[in-house]
Amino acid sequence: MAGQYAIEMQGITKTFPGIIANDNVTLNVKEGEILALLGENGAGKSTLMSILFGAYSADSGTIKIHGNEEHIKNPNVATDLGIGMVHQHFKLVQNYTVTENIVLGMEPTRHGMLDLPSAEKKVAKLSALYGLRVDPKALIEDITVGMQQRVEILKVLYRDANIIIFDEPTAVLTPQEIDELMEIIRRLKKEGKTIVLITHKLKEIKAVGDRCTVLRRGKVVGTVDVADVSEQDLAEMMVGRAVKFELDKAPCHLGKVMLSVKDVQINDALGNPKVHDLSFDVHEGEILGIAGVDGNGQSELLYGLTGLLPVQSGAIMLDGKDITHQEIRQRIEAGMGHIPEDRQKHGLISEFSISENCAVKNYYLPPLSSKHGILDFSLMRKNADRLIKEFDIRCGEGAATTAGSLSGGNQQKVIVAREISLSPKVLLVAQPTRGLDVGAIEYIRRRILDERDKGRAILLVSFELDEIMNLCDRIATISKGTIVGTYKSGEVTEREIGLMMAGSKKEGA
Amino acid sequence: MIQILQSIPTILMIVAPILITAIGGMICERSGVVNIALEGLMGLGGCATAAAQTLLETSGMSNNLSVALALLIGAAVGCLFSIIHAVAAINLNADQTISGTGINLLATGVTIFASQILFNADRTKEFRLGMHTDALGVYPSVYIAAIVVILSWFILYKLPFGMHLRACGEHPAAAESVGINVRKIRYIAVLTSGLLGGLAGGCVVLTQTIQYTSATINGRGFIALAAVSFGRWTPLGVTGASLLFGTAQAFTVIATNFPSLKSIPTEVFNIFPYLITLIALVLFSGKNYAPASDGKPYVKGAS
Amino acid sequence: MADVNEQKAPKVGLGKKLLESDGFVSLLVVLLGFLVGTILVALVGRKPANMYKAIWQALTGYNMDNGKMNVRYVFETINYSVPYILCGLSMGFAERVGLFNIGGEGQYIMGMTIAQVFALLGPQIPVLHWVLCIVLAILVGAIWGGVVGVMKAKYEVSEVVSTIMLNYIALYLSRIICFQLPGATTYKTANFPKTALLSNGFFERMTNGSLLNNGWFFMIASVILFWFIMEKTRLGYGMRATGFNKDAARSSGIPVVKSIAVAMAISGAFAGLAGGIVALGSFKYGRIISGMDNYGFDGIAVALVGNCTGGGTLVAGYLFGLLKNAQALMQSKQIPKEITYIIQGLIVVFIALRTGLKLLEERIEKKRLAKEVTTK
Repeated sequence: MAGQYAIEMQGITKTFPGIIANDNVTLNVKEGEILALLGENGAGKSTLMSILFGAYSADSGTIKIHGNEEHIKNPNVATDLGIGMVHQHFKLVQNYTVTENIVLGMEPTRHGMLDLPSAEKKVAKLSALYGLRVDPKALIEDITVGMQQRVEILKVLYRDANIIIFDEPTAVLTPQEIDELMEIIRRLKKEGKTIVLITHKLKEIKAVGDRCTVLRRGKVVGTVDVADVSEQDLAEMMVGRAVKFELDKAPCHLGKVMLSVKDVQINDALGNPKVHDLSFDVHEGEILGIAGVDGNGQSELLYGLTGLLPVQSGAIMLDGKDITHQEIRQRIEAGMGHIPEDRQKHGLISEFSISENCAVKNYYLPPLSSKHGILDFSLMRKNADRLIKEFDIRCGEGAATTAGSLSGGNQQKVIVAREISLSPKVLLVAQPTRGLDVGAIEYIRRRILDERDKGRAILLVSFELDEIMNLCDRIATISKGTIVGTYKSGEVTEREIGLMMAGSKKEGA
Repeated sequence: MIQILQSIPTILMIVAPILITAIGGMICERSGVVNIALEGLMGLGGCATAAAQTLLETSGMSNNLSVALALLIGAAVGCLFSIIHAVAAINLNADQTISGTGINLLATGVTIFASQILFNADRTKEFRLGMHTDALGVYPSVYIAAIVVILSWFILYKLPFGMHLRACGEHPAAAESVGINVRKIRYIAVLTSGLLGGLAGGCVVLTQTIQYTSATINGRGFIALAAVSFGRWTPLGVTGASLLFGTAQAFTVIATNFPSLKSIPTEVFNIFPYLITLIALVLFSGKNYAPASDGKPYVKGAS
Repeated sequence: MADVNEQKAPKVGLGKKLLESDGFVSLLVVLLGFLVGTILVALVGRKPANMYKAIWQALTGYNMDNGKMNVRYVFETINYSVPYILCGLSMGFAERVGLFNIGGEGQYIMGMTIAQVFALLGPQIPVLHWVLCIVLAILVGAIWGGVVGVMKAKYEVSEVVSTIMLNYIALYLSRIICFQLPGATTYKTANFPKTALLSNGFFERMTNGSLLNNGWFFMIASVILFWFIMEKTRLGYGMRATGFNKDAARSSGIPVVKSIAVAMAISGAFAGLAGGIVALGSFKYGRIISGMDNYGFDGIAVALVGNCTGGGTLVAGYLFGLLKNAQALMQSKQIPKEITYIIQGLIVVFIALRTGLKLLEERIEKKRLAKEVTTK
């Protein structure tokens, strides 16, 4: 019974301990349209779609699919209704094949036993029909991120979904792969599917969206026709105030080389070389950006620089000193600062207070520690109080607040504050604004620029291309573990960087 | 050479309970739950089986029937107590190591407590006859172990249920997202490990001794646990590991077959299985082969 | 600019505050354990009252059946609690660094064994003799524990299995060694020279002949040392950081391998000390053990109930000492002494369920929020 709307969500409310994720949200999606769901991190988009997909149940509200009211208790019910979700963090079993992942839960059987050959045939047919290239026999852990995403899409199509939800699909793709994905989405629409695109990327909404519903802090702000609005309009709706896209950047004053990386090879924990023949220099007073898609060696590079992974060959020099094989603590003492990619894993100890977290790199030295190893906790607290004030860190109980109870933005501020307060000669920064709201993003980027103006050497690794282009003085592109090209910020376009990310060298270079 | 051949039935007898328990542990961990209570579950099963055999024997039942029934009771008791671990680990997201240790402590108490109540002693009353061997000198427990291994391989790799179970241990969120009931499968896996552990405990009692005491199981459950990780969580690997550890343990018994070893104090042979296990773990640390979500409580809705 | 997650904490009710207090939860868990134990005793047809009478007598020395008072029981309880507290400290210290040390038993046995060896073979110089025995017990325990720490830190060998293996190896090793000692029979050696004993004449006279001995001072020192190292020193800071988040600790330059190895060594030292104290304080001759004393395993429950802190372990260890002293009294009143093991096992299981309380908390909180929002 195709009426006008494929999905009607009325008055949806969903709460978790401490927050109201969705507050009386109403969302309508027309049959065969591409609706973009826009909002900052934490606005409630993923929660809303998880309710639609049956992963959560709403506290109140109704859902109608193709005009009929439905109770979507679990993903099975959603699948039966023809709803499929392509997740942001892929839900793929790493050591299963492409085929096994696609048919998991709906395996074809013969006499009760698994019939994988016939599953492979079905997958091949589906892949050809929608133009989604995959290798049915490959293991997930061996294929590219782009192919993994196609596997996620095939999972959904295998179950005859006619409503497909894409959750932040482009976070892990190169610019070219993003274009390919937009093409795939347009093709799916042509085949009659209804698409919901969850994103905070304004460019993509303008590229494929028909209409756009904007969420802010759990509430609907409004729904617009994409053709009628500009990216600026959308950004203002998303944040609630005028947003500055460009940052004022002072001209770059280059000093001497602070960090020198030469012909470095780094293997991962299983012995596979993830970084090889890699070289670059970072000068005082500049921000060198490493652009690239996740999984091309960035993490291993940072681990090798900080000391978390051993360096197989090559040399790393910090201010003229060879630190290639030094312990992590020695590198910190030599002047290496690090704002890590994963704040929960490497940046903070959630059970420690802010005060204890701020001291984690120098607690063992005087004045925080006496000659015999006894700690001065009140001095620790005083230092932390100073940082809280200077960096405007919002915390319920001051320096005694446990780090785990802070919001993402404030947690990142603690890490940034700590690193900066140690006056490092070189600052390694990885994904500094991941998962943060716009206000925190602006603040952190401003502080990074301030440090660069003070003369520090900064290495910025980020998957967000506009962040790289905005902040960096020079940009190096990493692909498959090695640097493919290094250019001054004005000399290269986003398109060219995208090509380099995929491995080709710049024209005429 | 003859002595080695002579020793094989004994080795198999000692390997069988370790293998059965280890397969149970493997299934449990493949589904994502760590079960260190195997030791206690073996004890509970062993005690129940010993008590049942004694009581059934005196009631005049034939040996074959009483053995079968006693084993069933042992398996059931193991399964019953494993429910505690299942609830703790699956419903309440408890620390699986602590809850497993709790069951081990509980088992120490419950088994002897039951013996006190039933037999007024700190051990069960001896039964006269346990399992008896067949023409080859092999105990039924060995055949049971073989069946368990083959069945586990078949279910894990040939049936959709097995594919679902393995997915629960690798990426429970992925399994949940395609409609697999992760909780139900983990429950089945934990209860299976309890059942097999209880069964194995019963096998120990019926083949290697005549009653249950607090020293009957003596670390076999932990050796089985080590066999799971040393055997890299596959039926074939676990079988190999169990053979290795079981043989080491059999030395105390088969040493009497080899005249050159007779003069060495038994304690040296007692240490053998534990030392071998320790060395094996250090040299061949198989942590990279563990199911990816082994031991991590699964919170619904997490990515 | 407040974001969604920054809402102020709602007014906290008393119920919630109590649930969040670890001490209260421990108390609750202990009471629950006793409750179930009581029910079990009643179910098998014995009188639960006898169980409590025995406990009361162990606590106060007052025998409710005949109205007599013997202060010896009070101090026997204190003496019994010494190894429990030390083994609790052992497990607790390791837990703070993120390790599950169930090898206290083996570390205890090794400490006991070396103490016995040195007692019989060492120089019989007053005071120096028993002091050296105790020091050796501490050192050997530290080695037996440190080995586990190194295996874990360098080779990622799970300490859960390696400690169990070392427990059994220690048991049989102890037998092999002790059989070689002078005057060895199947279960004991020759008597210790007086200079090796920990007995304290003053205590014996004041407590009507209990076995309370110099070991008690070592225990108190250990409790204080535990607290001091963990909470006041940079060594403890590094250990706590490692225990909470090994990756973040490592990224911050904290020497994680060293912290784990040192923590396990200290943990082993506590248990080794317990072994030495029991060997030379409660016995007049060396023992050739045929089974485990179980202090190491009980230490697990003690540490969990005591929340792996110095003070908490002191109280929890005393409770277990109380139960042990009451065991013999219980047995004479027809209560199988194994009921204490059941109670301990239940306590550990209930402690594991502590996270279940958090889930309960969250569910209540969710309902409250949902109600708040939908009635707006």
